[in-house]
Parts: sequence; C-alpha cells; structure tokens
Amino acid sequence: MLHTFDAVIVGAGGAGLRAALAASPRCKTAVLTKLYPTRSHTGAAQGGMCAALANTEEDSWEWHAFDTVKGSDYLGDQPAIDIMCKEAVDAVIELEHFGLPFTRTEDGHIDQRRFGGHTHDHGKGPVRRACYSADRTGHMILQTLYQQCLANDVQFFDEFQVLDVLISDGRAAGVVALELATGEVHTFRSKAILWATGGFGRMFKVTSNAHALTGDGPGVCFRRGIPMEDMEFFQFHPTGIYKMGILLSEAARGEGGILRNDKGERFMERYAPTIKDLAPRDMVSRAIQTEILEGRGIDGKDYVHLDLTHLDPEVIDEKLPDITEFARTYLGVEPKTECVPIQPTAHYAMGGIPTDVDGRVVIDANDTPLPGMYAAGECACVSVHGANRLGTNSLLDIVVFGRRGGEHMAEFVQDVDHAELPNDADEPTREMIDAILDREEGEAVGQLRAELQQTMTDNAGVFRTDETLAQAQEDVDEIAERYESIAIDDHGQTFNTDLAEAIELGFLIDLARALVAGARKRTESRGGHSRDDYPDRDDENFLKHTLAWLGDDGSIELDYKPVKLGRYEPQERKY
Amino acid sequence: MKTTVKIKRYDPDIDDVAYWQDFEVECDEMDRVLDILNTIKWEQDGTLSYRRSCAHGICGSDAMVINGSNALACKMLVKEAGSSITVEPIRGLPVVKDLIVDMETFFDAYKSVMPYLINDDPVPDRERLQTPEQHEKFEDTTKCILCAACTTSCPIFWTNDEYLGPAAIVNAHRFIFDSRDQAGGERMAVLGTREGVFRCRTAFNCTEACPRDIQVTRAVEEVKRAILFKKI
Ligand SMILES: Cc1cc2nc3c(=O)[nH]c(=O)nc-3n(C[C@H](O)[C@H](O)[C@H](O)COP(=O)(O)OP(=O)(O)OC[C@H]3O[C@@H](n4cnc5c(N)ncnc54)[C@H](O)[C@@H]3O)c2cc1C
Ligand code: FES
Repeated sequence: MLHTFDAVIVGAGGAGLRAALAASPRCKTAVLTKLYPTRSHTGAAQGGMCAALANTEEDSWEWHAFDTVKGSDYLGDQPAIDIMCKEAVDAVIELEHFGLPFTRTEDGHIDQRRFGGHTHDHGKGPVRRACYSADRTGHMILQTLYQQCLANDVQFFDEFQVLDVLISDGRAAGVVALELATGEVHTFRSKAILWATGGFGRMFKVTSNAHALTGDGPGVCFRRGIPMEDMEFFQFHPTGIYKMGILLSEAARGEGGILRNDKGERFMERYAPTIKDLAPRDMVSRAIQTEILEGRGIDGKDYVHLDLTHLDPEVIDEKLPDITEFARTYLGVEPKTECVPIQPTAHYAMGGIPTDVDGRVVIDANDTPLPGMYAAGECACVSVHGANRLGTNSLLDIVVFGRRGGEHMAEFVQDVDHAELPNDADEPTREMIDAILDREEGEAVGQLRAELQQTMTDNAGVFRTDETLAQAQEDVDEIAERYESIAIDDHGQTFNTDLAEAIELGFLIDLARALVAGARKRTESRGGHSRDDYPDRDDENFLKHTLAWLGDDGSIELDYKPVKLGRYEPQERKY
Repeated sequence: MKTTVKIKRYDPDIDDVAYWQDFEVECDEMDRVLDILNTIKWEQDGTLSYRRSCAHGICGSDAMVINGSNALACKMLVKEAGSSITVEPIRGLPVVKDLIVDMETFFDAYKSVMPYLINDDPVPDRERLQTPEQHEKFEDTTKCILCAACTTSCPIFWTNDEYLGPAAIVNAHRFIFDSRDQAGGERMAVLGTREGVFRCRTAFNCTEACPRDIQVTRAVEEVKRAILFKKI
C-alpha cells in the first residue's frame, strides 16, 4: 500500500514525539513506530533531565555546558552543547506546561537534585541541576509528550516497523515499513524523514536497554550509504542489577548512595577524590571493573555493592521508589537494610547517525546535508555527548533536538515537492523478507544473537585492547557470514515476531562492525572508549570524530572529521 | 530447575480454535516468566508470539494471564509462578495471535477521557506552581503504564466492552485531581455516562492486577465521589 505524507517520523520515544509536536501542526505528518508509543524505552529513564533552573541553588547554563564538554572528554561539539544547555531551561518549563508532574519543592517549584558530573563553578563541587519526577522521569516525559500528541491529533501508525529508506536524486523520498499485525509491506512517500529509533544496547549481553533497542534506524541508513559517527563510544553505566543489567539510576548515588568493594571500602575515593561516587559514568564503570579485576569484587566475583542502607528510609520511598522495588523484585534484596549487587551494564550509544544542530543528517567530513533526511535522539549523533554522556543529558537531548529537527523539517517541506520514488520501491524489502521466510533450514537467530552479544561484551566492553578488538572483529565477521543463512520457524503473515527479530539481528551485526572497526583504529583512551594498550587520551591524533561507511561486502571504511571546539580548551579530565 | 509451561496458542493463519500446548524449560527460580517465554521462542518454537520490550515492568507490553491472574510476564518470577505455569492472553480483548491481543478498544477508551492537561490561561514564563501536597493528590495515578492488566481483569469489562474500564478512569483521575488542569468537568461528563465510572461494582480485581501498585479502586471511588458531589 502506498501512503503520501509531507513528513514521516520513525520512532515514538521522546525524540520522535517531540518532533511530531513540532512538525504535525505545520505539515501532513505520520509517526511510524514498531512499538505502541508508550512502550518506547524513553519510559524507562529514571533519574532526571538537567537544566540550570537554579531553583534550589545557584547555577548557570555555562556551567552546565562546561560539565557537558568535560564529561564528553572534549569530543562533544561545543556549539551544539551551548545550544542544548541554553535551551534546556525552556525545554523543562515547556514540559511542565504540557502537564509533566515534576517532583516539587516545598514552595511549589520544580525540585532539582544532584547527578554525576554536574558541578557548580566549573568543577568545584556537585550541583542540584536534575529536574525529576521521583525515579520515573522518562515515564513522565513519554506519557506527557504522547498525551500532547493526542491533544494535537498527531497521526500514528502503531506497530509499523520501518525496514528501508528510499533515497532518490540525492534526496529523501520515503520509507518502507512492515505492518506487524498483517505482514503487509507499506511504502510511505514523503518529502522528509526524521529518524528517532533510539539506541542499540541489545548488541551486548548485559544491558539496560529494552529488547526492542536494536538500532533499526541507524542500521537502515547505514545500508543506504549514510555514515555512522563515533560508534566506538558506547556508555557502560556503573550500576546495572547483577547479571540482568536492569538499571539502578545514578539518582541513587545523587541521593547519597555509595559504592563499596568486598572489603566494604568506598573505593571511589581513590579514583575521584573530589566528587567520588558522583564521578562520570565512564570513570565509575572503569573503577568498578578495576576493583573486580584486582580481586576486590564481592566474594571475588564480578560485582560490587551499591549501599543505600544509610539513607533515610523516607528518602528511599519518596525519591527512589521504582529502583528499590526492582532490587526487591529481581534480586530479593531489601535496599533499606542490604547492599545491592551491581555491575556495569551497556547503556547508551553516544554515536549514531551524524546530524547538525537542526537535526539534518550530514553525510561526510564536510558536513554536507542529505536534503530531507533528519535524525534526533539516541539514534543520532549531534554530537553533544562526545565520548561520554553525562546522566540526564539524553532526556534533554531528545526534547531539544527532537523539537529542532521537527521544526526544521516542517520548514523544509514547505518549499519542495516529493522526490520521485524509485521503481519498485518496496522490492528490496520484500526480497529481504521473502528470503528469510522461504528458507526452511539454517542458522538459528537466538543462537547467533547470543554469540554476538557474548563477543561484544567480552571483547568490546569497558576495557579494550587491539587483541580483544581483533577477536571481536573476527567473531562478528563470522556471525555476519552465518547470518546469510538464517532460518526461522514462523512462516506466517500475522504478527511474525520471529521475522522481526531476525531482521533486527541483521542491523545489530552491521552496527557492531562499525563499532569494532572504529574502536580498533582509535589508538587512545577517551571517555567511554578505554584501551588498555593506549591508556592516554591523544588529542594530537584523535581530537576528531570517526565516520564509518558500510561496504557492500560488509567491510567498513573509516574517515574522520574535526571536533567543533569553543570556549573550553581540552584539559586533563580530573574530578 | 525444570518448569512446565502450558500456553494457550492461536494462529489465525492456521488454527480454527485456540488450543493448549505444553513446553518444558530449564530455568532458574530467579528467572522471569518472560525469560521462559524467550527461552521457548529462541530455543524451541520460534512461532510463539507475544509482545515485550523493556523486560522490567515499565513499558506495559506483556500483560498476560499467568496461573489465572493478570500479571506482567517480566515482573513475575519463576519462584512465585511455580514449577507448573499456565499462560494465556488477557481477557476481554480479541486475540490476534497467541498472547497478543488487539488493544484498539482499550486505547479508544483511554483517549475518550481526554488524557492530557487542559489549561487555557495564558502560559506563564516559568513553571506553574504546585505544592507537594497538591502533587500528592494525583501522583499515584501518574504511574500507569497502560498495560491493560486492570481493565482486562474487570468482570464488568468482560461482559461489556463499551465500559470504559479502570485504566481510562485512572488516567482521567490523573488530570481531574491535578491542580493545574481546568477540564475536570468535561472529563466527569464522559465518566458520568452509562458506560462510565458507575458501572464499577468495586470488585477490586483491578487493584490486585495493577503491576504498578496503583490503588485503582480508590481512584475510581474518588472519581465517583467527585462526580456525585461535584467537587474535586
Ligand atoms: C534504564 C534507562 C534509564 C535512563 N535514564 C535516563 C535519565 O535519567 N536521564 C537521561 O537523560 N537519560 C536516561 N536514559 C537515556 C534515555 O532514556 C534514552 O537515551 C532516550 O530516552 C532515548 O529516546 P529516543 O526517543 O531517542 O528513543 P526511544 O525512547 O528508545 O524510542 C525509540 C522509538 O523508535 C521506535 N522504533 C525503533 N525501531 C523502529 C523501526 N524499525 N520502525 C519503527 N519504529 C521504530 C520504537 O518503537 C520507539 O518508539 C536512560 C536509559 C535507560 C535505558
Ligand atoms: S516487557 Fe515491558 S512491562 Fe514487561
């Protein structure tokens, strides 16, 4: 079936919904989403969204910008960071006006709390900057934006999974999507497309990411010749529930929680003497991993403790109700009286589809835009997070750049016609689907995915060396080859999740290749990318963004583009 | 340990009627029921179909009837569910395939209560003020993840799918009791109709079914009282 719209938004998490609110009143807009909008993983975000409101103590957007630049290990683009931190205040106020039920101060203002890496006076000490709604801030953002979309009659195509993008005459022309309920393939002709498909943490074994976070948007673009930026920078969050990876927000440490090793020692004092447990995530994850490797994990095992037992039980109930409930449900541990076993968990993709500050997808080292193509949120790389994202800056990123992308897109479509659709626009998608459906015997998807997740966790995780990355590369190449002959059990049309999972695995494999190739070539340690064999940051050679292209044969070609610097000169990163 | 799982299967492309199928799964007592479904899907039978995403009780995808009661598969552990588990789709909504139901009427009911903040005053420069006490009045109902566990546990809803159901009422409550909202009257007009809040017979199934521990029956009662006494 053929549909025609001015603008198509792929994804209905915070980024997609905010873009829809901006675009929908001005042009005929469709939002395609493989999950019901309220099932998006933005709803899992817990801790908060930062903005220098200065509601509880002195703060300024410049301090926020400085912290973000420093947190990014100087790889973030400073003009984009300035925009984000400046617009943060309005973004939070706007969400409040949309109805978001923020936790309040006694006098009725939006309350704020501490979060890792956020400081006053350029690093002097922690500051209360995170606006929050208990520990379900993302849930409230997702619900509130969806509610506003309903109020504004945004048109949704729920449970439509986009599998291809159409580009003709060097312009965006549309997308092809599978309607999950019926198995029907639909073509959406459109003057502009905005990708907002979220992250791809399912590449790793232990992750805080939902099953659905398989990088479909970046995967589709990658196969159509669009490069991926900074894929080697993947954030491992320090406090995932042991073995399961379910996140326990940094808010737990913001409210006073402490990490302890087997000896009961508050080991972060050794790694970040000034802000200790509230150091940025890359540092805390490395510290935990180091404790474990040096034998100070609990009982010598691969986890440490998050200690909340000294917190006021009322604070736990009021400010951290959900995450403490997770500990009870999934570990059988009572955080008010017992320490919670945690380990680093694959959490956030700093890299993704390269864009400029208006959400336009840019496709080379000169930042040449691809007309009509936009991206926002975790699937995009603006880059405001550089080599390491600060907590609370993603919820901010998705609303600020979701809106900017949506607005620019609505403006763009006013003056252009639809690009010609390529002949048989949906043919490649049908072929891909049929090839999988028709194969009676072959490799099992579940098994291949487990192997991919295992090697990525073992060899491209918190610490990397050339040796481990070479191993990952070899494994991923082999998995990719076997992927060519996958077979599934379900050959039907109705809600074929077997098919959907098989296709998703393909995207994960392609993106894993980019991650590993970029990581191998980056012979330095910066932010979330930590090389044992090159432990120092190397600004002379690597103060630049990686761009990776996918070849027809699955090979990866790399190029680089300069970081956009600004007020803050790269310095050694100490906390 | 070994667990036997009995699952109600139905594929409209193949089956005339639903049937039960047994699976045996090697698992740990700390596994989620969702982990078991995944093991079956990934290792035994890829045709098994269900919705899931977050895997920790936050996205609302995987409400199903487990051992006779509504629950999220990702929030129920094997140690509670036992070594013999039955799983079937939530009731009162048409089954699309296996454990997947058609949620259209559920979301239509939700949309009918105008689930968004309505306030026509000029927009102030900064936040609208709201004290912690005012916030407290509706905080519980903001936790809803629209999983439909409550609505599809309601005996009134099973016999009358025109009934708006507890989830819609919970979401109306969330706005009616929000000090910043001005459309309580309009919402109460919707809820005061024949298919609205007074159909509720206080069976408490909904409160028990809610995986977010929302006091659903209390919210329904508060809305009833607000309509009867015309005050919020
Ligand atoms: C547990 C957890 C806690 C977090 N806490 C915080 C926090 O406190 N503060 C903070 O700033 N950040 C936090 N983050 C990060 C932040 O929540 C995410 O980065 C952000 O919400 C991503 O939003 P998004 O809109 O880009 O994507 P998502 O919300 O993930 O949405 C992706 C959307 O894309 C759709 N989609 C995907 N593929 C397709 C396809 N092929 N076709 C159609 N649709 C598709 C999905 O249906 C979904 O609607 C947290 C993350 C996690 C995992
Ligand atoms: S999978 Fe999200 S609630 Fe269970």
